[in-house]
Amino acid sequence: MFELAHISFAHGAKTVIDDVSLRLTRGCFYGIIGPNGSGKTTLIDLLTGHLRPDSGRVLLDGRDLRDFSRKALARRIALVPQDFRINFPYSCREVVMMGRYPHIPRFTAPAAADRQMVNSVLRQASLTEFAHRPVHQLSGGERQRVVFARSLAQDTEALLLDEATANLDVHHALALLDLAAGRAAAGRLVVAVLQDINLAAMYCGRLVVMQEGRVFAHGPLDEVLTEQTLHAVFKVKARVARHAFSGARQVVFQREAVV
Amino acid sequence: MTTEVERSQDGANIHRCFWAMTIGLVLLLLAEVVFATGAGFIRIPFRDVVRIMAAELTGMEHLAAQVEALSRVVVADVRLPRIVTAALVGGGLAVSGAMFQGILLNPLADPYTLGVSAGAAFGASLALWLGITGLGIWSVPLFAFAGATATLAAVIYLTAGSGDFSSSGLILSGIIVAAILSAGVSLVKYLADEQVGIIIFWLMGSFVAKTWAEAGVVAVALAAGLAVALFFSRDLNLLALGARTAGSLGVSPRRVSLVLLVVASLAAAVCVAVSGIIGFVGLLVPHMVRFVTGPDHRRLIPVSALLGACLLLGADTTTRALLPQEVPIGVITALIGGPFFCYMLRRQRLGRE
Repeated sequence: MFELAHISFAHGAKTVIDDVSLRLTRGCFYGIIGPNGSGKTTLIDLLTGHLRPDSGRVLLDGRDLRDFSRKALARRIALVPQDFRINFPYSCREVVMMGRYPHIPRFTAPAAADRQMVNSVLRQASLTEFAHRPVHQLSGGERQRVVFARSLAQDTEALLLDEATANLDVHHALALLDLAAGRAAAGRLVVAVLQDINLAAMYCGRLVVMQEGRVFAHGPLDEVLTEQTLHAVFKVKARVARHAFSGARQVVFQREAVV
Repeated sequence: MTTEVERSQDGANIHRCFWAMTIGLVLLLLAEVVFATGAGFIRIPFRDVVRIMAAELTGMEHLAAQVEALSRVVVADVRLPRIVTAALVGGGLAVSGAMFQGILLNPLADPYTLGVSAGAAFGASLALWLGITGLGIWSVPLFAFAGATATLAAVIYLTAGSGDFSSSGLILSGIIVAAILSAGVSLVKYLADEQVGIIIFWLMGSFVAKTWAEAGVVAVALAAGLAVALFFSRDLNLLALGARTAGSLGVSPRRVSLVLLVVASLAAAVCVAVSGIIGFVGLLVPHMVRFVTGPDHRRLIPVSALLGACLLLGADTTTRALLPQEVPIGVITALIGGPFFCYMLRRQRLGRE
């Protein structure tokens, strides 16, 4: 679906993305991991079109991203950002309905299908009881789930999660990633920036490991998620093994220094 | 599925509430206009007021045949232009305030956040000090408007230089430019011996001796501001999610913010140029409306326009016809609006705990 060809991007004098080439296909759950400041969020912004690469091209189904209108992109790509603040008392339902805006012409009321979509998304995300609560009164984690529900209501082929589980407890983090994985299984593309490597290991089919703006490694999870990679990129000592209980590769770390 | 039923009922409730409020405010505004036209130093019976209005609107002279000629002049040429201007300015300031709060994601923003009032004040005091009268009744308003737009340009230029149109960047630039300009106003006041009274009077705002021409100018500004605000009202909702998210939902945050900031400021600049500085309407009205209609700008903006018109006309009628002596309108709005705002702020705080 996406093809990145030798893209680079700099914030002022600082190169954030340095000659990255990637191909992201539908039906797959991609995880992006990497240390702080390795360019993960910038990569997501380049995929949504929020930022334009200084050089290289981002192709969406063979067409340059900049040839799409913002509306057209909004119907194809949904983003769940990592932090989200809102100063106005919109209800959760109103925020989720905003995910339908790209599909509804200006000055048109939402159709029955839009309302149904919102209801079903609220149910999937277990937010039905919050539907009428003002979103600015919710806790950070609850707000995050509302924003995620909004992206599901957007009903796009690509779902980009930028540390979407950072504020969530483990139960809700798993629930959110389950829903995202369901989308990937249904043939859509999911790209998730994750800090928690074990969550990434449980859900992602393929892993992109970023380091200093470059792709350090990219491929099927089992090939990429290795002790050597973790040591080279995160400078940590770790053991990686398939865990029978979760059925996934899991990582255990060693303390940095023995006190 | 009781929840489903509840939910659709709730949606319908908001909808009904919106229409009830819109129709209620339109009726209130009409009643206010009739009452205000009748009230004053010369009392005119409401029956005559309605007859004169009907004759003026339809052109059928026989409708007002029994009315005294003096009443007709008072209503058509003196009171109505002032009343209409007050209502239009109230609507303009309220819409502008709602737009500002939406763009800057700050419920404390108002039409003057970007220094429009300070710029207008400086322009107007220059014109009054130098005694510029070459353009008749338009001399001071034009100077005020020029001051306001120049300030707006300076604030946007300053903010753009610092990278993006972030809310805090705009507010900061607005505060700085306004501070410099109010020093300028103080200087002009100091230098102007005899005209200082006129300058102070202008700064406090007034609808005294407004003409139909001024009402027309404000009407154009309000219509343009309202049209643009309604066109972008859904995009304003998305901006509340933050620029990055709004961008991913099909809005160009930079472009939309810039267009709306300029339109809202120009609408406010026209209001200020015509009537002087009237505070609190633009800050308070969107808050009051949001309480009832919720924050959706598609409902917030039209209802704000109506409530702003009702409130400012009410305040102007109070000072013109009900108080023993006319008090400047800007003083009235601040005296009533300020404490009311404190009350609302406190109530909101308590509600949140």
